[in-house]
Amino acid sequence: MDFAFLSETTMTLLAAVPTTLALFSLSVAIGGLLALLIVWMRVGGNPVLSAFAKGYIFVFRGSPLLIQMFLVFYGLAQFKVIRDGPLWPLLREPFVCAVLSLALCTAGYSAEIFRGGIRSVSPREIEAARSIGMSGFLLVRRIIAPIAFRYALPSYSTEVVLMMKSTSLASLVTVWEVTGVAQRLISHSYRTMEVFLCAAIIYLILNFIVLQAMALLERSLSKHLRAPPVKP
Amino acid sequence: MPGVTRLSVRDIRKSFGAHEVLSGISLEAQDGDVISVLGASGSGKSTFLRCINLLEIADAGEIWVDGEQIRMIHGSGRSRPASQKQVDHIRSELGMVFQSFNLWSHMTILQNIIEGPVHVLKRPRAEAVSEAEALLEKVGIADKRHVYPAHLSGGQQQRAAIARALAMKPKVMLFDEPTSALDPELVGEVLRVMRALAEEGMTMLVVTHEMSFARNVSNRVVFMREGLVECTGTPDEMFGDGASPAFRQFIGHFAN
Repeated sequence: MDFAFLSETTMTLLAAVPTTLALFSLSVAIGGLLALLIVWMRVGGNPVLSAFAKGYIFVFRGSPLLIQMFLVFYGLAQFKVIRDGPLWPLLREPFVCAVLSLALCTAGYSAEIFRGGIRSVSPREIEAARSIGMSGFLLVRRIIAPIAFRYALPSYSTEVVLMMKSTSLASLVTVWEVTGVAQRLISHSYRTMEVFLCAAIIYLILNFIVLQAMALLERSLSKHLRAPPVKP
Repeated sequence: MPGVTRLSVRDIRKSFGAHEVLSGISLEAQDGDVISVLGASGSGKSTFLRCINLLEIADAGEIWVDGEQIRMIHGSGRSRPASQKQVDHIRSELGMVFQSFNLWSHMTILQNIIEGPVHVLKRPRAEAVSEAEALLEKVGIADKRHVYPAHLSGGQQQRAAIARALAMKPKVMLFDEPTSALDPELVGEVLRVMRALAEEGMTMLVVTHEMSFARNVSNRVVFMREGLVECTGTPDEMFGDGASPAFRQFIGHFAN
């Protein structure tokens, strides 16, 4: 075992962790907000918006994320309108393209997950809310969303973990996150096993933290599902 | 205020597809009236109650709550209320108690009760909490205020649901078979709360199978059959000799 090499590799890879985390947190945050918009269109009752949302979900769930990322990074530059447009200084950045495609993709999956949660909300609880005079956004905010989010949480945790792993695809559009840096190290050292093992362990640790956080959230939202407190 | 008309329903009709469930029902409730609505299952009594606070939309007819008519659009196709804002307002004045309680599972009992006052009526939270605690005291579950609905018995859940409806300070309380989902030994505690409410002068419309409640607590009984009011009267008239043969046959099923 070459401990000197391993520790040097680990330190180099750790330096790329902030980039991986930035890709992850930005895309989960933006994708989550986008998912709320799409699920609102999907279940809102307007047939045109609903059809658009269905199409969006189909396209982004049905095609490979890597191809979506290539299309955003290499594809958009083909259009003169975009090259001359006000967003070009942003869209020419590999990091921005990676975040954009990760967010667009997870929005499709998350929208479906949230829709499943909404469908699980008991119509009786919604009816009770209507009967005291709630409707529209108030009804969604106070009753439907909290119950639906709790139901959606286990599947959503899985999606979030998948997103952490999907950030590795950003290396293929020249973003220097953990996987990208690992490949660069291998191209210099030819020590595939050690470098990729180090990278895998870093992802495992990151996802362990994410899963713990999600489990904590789930626990704090499940008080009503646990056995009642035992009286002393 | 006796003599004030709290609720007036005129010629309500409702069909589900080709099946007509309500064929023209009218009913008036003065302040303090306790009206029991009886009828076999399928007679349309629950649908009637749900039409009053627009959980079902009647195809025709008028609904007045405390002197205010619910504006409807009966155009081509389905009827619908003219203003969601008015619907929300009317619903906040009608307390509804459901057969299966329908408490919000993710909130404690206290949270369930202050939800409407705080978020619909926009009342100060502290006030809502102290009123909710008084209501919980009244329905006898003050010690359960920080418990979640799933941890209560059916009778306790239904009493909490009654407190939740009362917290809105409704003009009329609507009860949709409030004891039908309860184990027999839990029926009494809910009926006691309802009787106490009636004695305080609350205007109540109660769809029920509890003959003793209809007979001893309500001041009027309405018997529905096949989407129509078959007969109506005071409990003495109805349970005496004056009732229709169909009603006598109906209560005959409860005698044994």
